[in-house]
Amino acid sequence: MSDVRDIVLRNVTKIFGPTPVRALEQLRAGATKEALLAQTGHTVGVRDVSFSIEAGSCFVVMGLSGSGKSTLLRHLNRLIEPTAGEILFEDEDILRLPPEALRRFRRDRTSMVFQRFALFPHKTVLENAAYGLNLQARGGAERRANLQKAQRWIERVGLAGYEAQYPNQLSGGMQQRVGLARALATEAEVMLMDEAFSALDPLIRREMQDALMRLQAELRRTIVFITHDLDEALRLGDRIAIMNDGAIEQVGRPEEILQRPANAFVARFTADVNRGRVLSAGTVRLQAIIAREHETPQAVLERLRGQPLPVAYLTDADGRLVGALSASALRGAGAGVSLPALAQPVPSASRSLVLERVLPLTLESDFPVAVVDDAARVIGMLPKDRIIAALAAQLAPVEPAPRA
Amino acid sequence: MRETPLVPLSDWIDRLVEWLVVRYGDRLGEINNWIVYKIGFFERFLSQSIAWPLMMLGFAALAYHASRSPRLAAGVAAAFALIWSLDLWTPTMQTLSLMSVSLLVTVSLGLPLGVLMSQSDRLRTATMPILDFMQTMPSFVYLIPVVMLFGLGTFAGVLATTIYAAPPLVRLTDLGIRLVDADVIEAATAFGATRRQTLFGVQIPLALPNIMAGVNQSIMMALAMVVIASMIGVRGLGQEVLYGLQRQEPGTGFVAGLSIVLLAIVLDRITQAYGRRFAAHRQIAR
Repeated sequence: MSDVRDIVLRNVTKIFGPTPVRALEQLRAGATKEALLAQTGHTVGVRDVSFSIEAGSCFVVMGLSGSGKSTLLRHLNRLIEPTAGEILFEDEDILRLPPEALRRFRRDRTSMVFQRFALFPHKTVLENAAYGLNLQARGGAERRANLQKAQRWIERVGLAGYEAQYPNQLSGGMQQRVGLARALATEAEVMLMDEAFSALDPLIRREMQDALMRLQAELRRTIVFITHDLDEALRLGDRIAIMNDGAIEQVGRPEEILQRPANAFVARFTADVNRGRVLSAGTVRLQAIIAREHETPQAVLERLRGQPLPVAYLTDADGRLVGALSASALRGAGAGVSLPALAQPVPSASRSLVLERVLPLTLESDFPVAVVDDAARVIGMLPKDRIIAALAAQLAPVEPAPRA
Repeated sequence: MRETPLVPLSDWIDRLVEWLVVRYGDRLGEINNWIVYKIGFFERFLSQSIAWPLMMLGFAALAYHASRSPRLAAGVAAAFALIWSLDLWTPTMQTLSLMSVSLLVTVSLGLPLGVLMSQSDRLRTATMPILDFMQTMPSFVYLIPVVMLFGLGTFAGVLATTIYAAPPLVRLTDLGIRLVDADVIEAATAFGATRRQTLFGVQIPLALPNIMAGVNQSIMMALAMVVIASMIGVRGLGQEVLYGLQRQEPGTGFVAGLSIVLLAIVLDRITQAYGRRFAAHRQIAR
């Protein structure tokens, strides 16, 4: 399972206080966080956290303020040292790095984006973007080359024309674009983003999320993204870790978190989420009856018997959607009628389309929406009430529909 | 006959200074002569080699460069013209020369010390009482041994002025660096900056407005020492004030005092304008 380029955390624990190692023993002996604080004055920041992050994916750590998520993030580049545990980057234990190697590790392999931007106010936008590169520059020629490299990133994040401005001349959203350019410009494989969009207005936040997703689709960096906003987590994350009180409650793909919450905490947490924006047609689809063009109406009717919905989908030889066949149309047809003549138009939704976008399609027709894969092959169906149940979180765990 | 106190500190100090004078007096005297010669050269350069209108224009240009304000430049020119018309040009330039040399020493010692203090809490704890001592001990007290060791004249004046003027610069340099936003320093660390890169590339540049305020304070403190320095044989405006006092000529004292004030205002406005320029893009936008 463990890919070489993964980031792996094993039993990482951080205790703040004068004698953390002794407090750790008490914690392992079963002392609660509250008891530890009351008796010894030690605070548990991160508690026995283990997970792995696949290279090239966006891993979101989500939790309320004080849950230890920012502390956890700072372990990944050792701005904070753990009290116990292992942190592996491509099977290398970064906790063993001596100071100089740690500095090079931070410079070459990680970059960071901060909640309050943390731009250098005395440097221009361009100089800020080139900061990481210029830390290793020798001589003016190299610096100029770095500025050119940074210039390209400034353009990529949509700030062309602002190179000579200073951070305090920019709006918050633009400042964070500079922060993003600064982090991207070093071309480090791992980008740590600490509540990077939390300080921005909702509209701007949305724009920045879109910008990040566009860049990520192409760049495939390993992103560790911290947020307290579940909608943001569900939007950005390939996988999500829900953190509470320093510990991980659940790790999983967004729809797993929504549909199979591991415990009451996660369930309560996800109760208010706009599921329509997260759940996709593919994840809540039902199995559909598929009919081939050469079949007779009677054969299809036979297969529809006992099904909850009297609808089949007609596909061509490649499995692509031709139309919908209602049981009443099939019954009324004579023996010689071919199925394509009976097929009626039906809306289709790609498997990745979110329910919010699927819902309007149900108005176009009385038939359930057909769910199709990337090659337009029918893989399932979505009746209106199924969508509504999914949106209302009234859904029993979905068994993935087997291929017809 | 005075009784010997329980702790005869004053005797110890007397003996220490006497020993220093006997042991090193000649050599220190030589050093003094060499420095006085150099400073004298600088003094003559300011007061004689440069024609006064040129000096006036130079300061006006500096004021304009600092503030981009024609009004300030004009005011500076007017102040210098007034000093010249009071026939106090030479003593003013002598004072300016002493100030410049003292400030050079103050900055070249005070700035590094302030930077070092900002990097080490222990050094800061150790240095703070010494700075308090330098700032509050009446200057005559350390003028006594200084004069005994180095003789009367400019060098003793520079030393006394520096001791008095350096503490604000040291304090504000230390404070300025410590006040730099922790987020920004964390960013530098996260990107793999060395301590030196963080200090010189981020902390000191961001502390510049405070450092400039320290330079400004040091200049004002140094000007306050002008009259006291004249009592140990430093030439300049302080000496004119002293003449006025000794000869009971209130006018002589007043015009010299006025020139000190004008010089102070000019230097204050110019350094403050530079401080504001440094501050322009040093604030974190929120």
